[in-house]
Amino acid sequence: MIEIKDLHKSYKMGSNSLHVLKGLNFSIDEGELVAIMGSSGSGKSTLLNILGMLDEADSGSYTLDGVPIKDLNETKAAKYRNKFLGFVFQSFNLINYKSAMENVALPLYYQKVPRKEREEKALKYLAQVGLKEWATHLPNELSGGQKQRVAIARAMAAEPKVLLADEPTGALDSKTSYEVMDLIQNINDKGNTILVVTHEEDIAHMCKRIVHLKDGVIVEDKKVEQVRAAQYVK
Amino acid sequence: MRFIFDRNTWQEIFGSISKNKMRTVITVVGVLWGIFIYIALSGAAKGMDNGFESMFETIARNSMFVWAQNTSMPNEGYKTGRQMQLKLDDAVMIQNRIPEVEYIAPRNVRGFFGSAPANIGRNNKTGSYSLFGDFPEFTKIAPKKIYDGGRFINDKDIEMSRKVAVIGERTQKELFDKDENPIGGYFKIDDVFFQVVGVHKFEQSGGFGGDGDIFIPFSTFKKLYNTGDDVGWFSIAAYDNVDVVKVEENIKNLLKNIHHVHPDDDRAFGSFNLGEQFNKIVGFADGITFLSLIVGIATIFAGVIGIGNILLISVKERTKELGVRRALGATPAEVRNQIILESVFLTVIAGIMGIILGALALAGINSATQDIDFPYTNPTVPIPYVIGALVIMVVLGTLIGLIPAQRAVSIKPIDALREE
Repeated sequence: MIEIKDLHKSYKMGSNSLHVLKGLNFSIDEGELVAIMGSSGSGKSTLLNILGMLDEADSGSYTLDGVPIKDLNETKAAKYRNKFLGFVFQSFNLINYKSAMENVALPLYYQKVPRKEREEKALKYLAQVGLKEWATHLPNELSGGQKQRVAIARAMAAEPKVLLADEPTGALDSKTSYEVMDLIQNINDKGNTILVVTHEEDIAHMCKRIVHLKDGVIVEDKKVEQVRAAQYVK
Repeated sequence: MRFIFDRNTWQEIFGSISKNKMRTVITVVGVLWGIFIYIALSGAAKGMDNGFESMFETIARNSMFVWAQNTSMPNEGYKTGRQMQLKLDDAVMIQNRIPEVEYIAPRNVRGFFGSAPANIGRNNKTGSYSLFGDFPEFTKIAPKKIYDGGRFINDKDIEMSRKVAVIGERTQKELFDKDENPIGGYFKIDDVFFQVVGVHKFEQSGGFGGDGDIFIPFSTFKKLYNTGDDVGWFSIAAYDNVDVVKVEENIKNLLKNIHHVHPDDDRAFGSFNLGEQFNKIVGFADGITFLSLIVGIATIFAGVIGIGNILLISVKERTKELGVRRALGATPAEVRNQIILESVFLTVIAGIMGIILGALALAGINSATQDIDFPYTNPTVPIPYVIGALVIMVVLGTLIGLIPAQRAVSIKPIDALREE
């Protein structure tokens, strides 16, 4: 599903150049649930941004679902993001003057899905995250966990190939974190490929594979025994 | 263009502009004020224009009067100070030689310029009124409104020197009983019986004349007072698109030529050029119209720049939201279109409200000046002006909207998302 080869990225800081990613190689198969771990400055966010086509690598190749991702202009990147990727952010990033349902329907709007269909789909995905009754509520009427669930529903609504979650539990307490992880695991169980960036060990162990980044290189890439989040949610 | 008619597009626009209502309102007021000034000023200018025009509507705009005076220079053996006299033949000459002249009406009068007024009598009632000897052409130059059932002097009257008269409203009131139809009635002018053929409605037209004036055929006047071919003065109307000052000069030069007056003698013939006065006033009104257009458009411009400024700030505030949209698959074009549409929408809404308020203000001023003597009638703004203003606003709104839109697009989604 995702294949990267010899990925390099450096940022220019005045006269210095900061080499953030130093030749990464790995691939992710369909249906995997991968945690990318690392301390701050390890390059994990940069990697996620490149995978999310929000940023471009200096060299190396990136193939997503058999499509080589290169020579992106903004319009092309936007189309690919819309078609291939779903984003979940640490700070939810819901649009605060839109109801939960409208937020979920937004990626479908950019896919040019007719309004009726959009709303039906949005409701379907809200139901999947258990928030159907909250469809007409504005984000500021929802709790943090609910907001993140709406964000996940929004990411899923476009039916992406890969779900990219950047610290999805970073702003949540541990109980709510487990609820969100439970949801992510359930989505993964249905066969969706998910990438989670996190620095929390317990969250990482709820994935099936952990890729450990340090100073721009992969120091560890191992399969783990998945801890089900459901056992903490009662 | 699909996005313009999409409900979601509008929902997004309403959502983003209603997020900060106070600021939206103040922004809108800027443009609203601009278009209000524009409409009110150009409407007022038009009203004044109309006012001046209605002051002059009772007389042809390109008209002038020419009369005879005394020479001030000796010429061809004639001594200076010679009393000049216009003749009927002069009218024919002017008509033939000066093609710019549309109508020429020789006129004679009793009761003006030192001559005694005519004595009018009917039954036991008497009075003295100004009496004019006229040709039918006179009504082409200074239209007279004749009450129903009557007419002005016609060619047949001139030809047969009929003893017919057109009387004024006051004359009618003083000579005839209230419920008596004056048309066909007889009265005496200096002991000669005349039949009334019409009653004219008096209108203040800036010239001399009154509500008691009596008009009789020129030829009858000539016989009555034994004036021969003498003419008191000429009323002349030039064609609409000619230079009246030039025509006036040509006529006087021709008269000097006919009457053996020195070409440089400016005193021999007097004239008053109504067209020239009128053109001055029209020029003044045009100047005001032009000024109001400039001021109005400049004010609209200032308002639209205000909208651009506000959108620039709002784009800055919405950096994150726009980043999210980009991450969810909004193309730069879609983001740009949304911002521009917001700009145009605000501008047009403000514009329409401004037009409505401006129209109300104009209606208010109009009804306030209805009954006072002030040259101000029917202040309107021509539809092309209104449409032009709207077009200007849409164009300006789009152009100004481009600045914040470009700013929004230039923000990379990654930077936008990073911003906290």
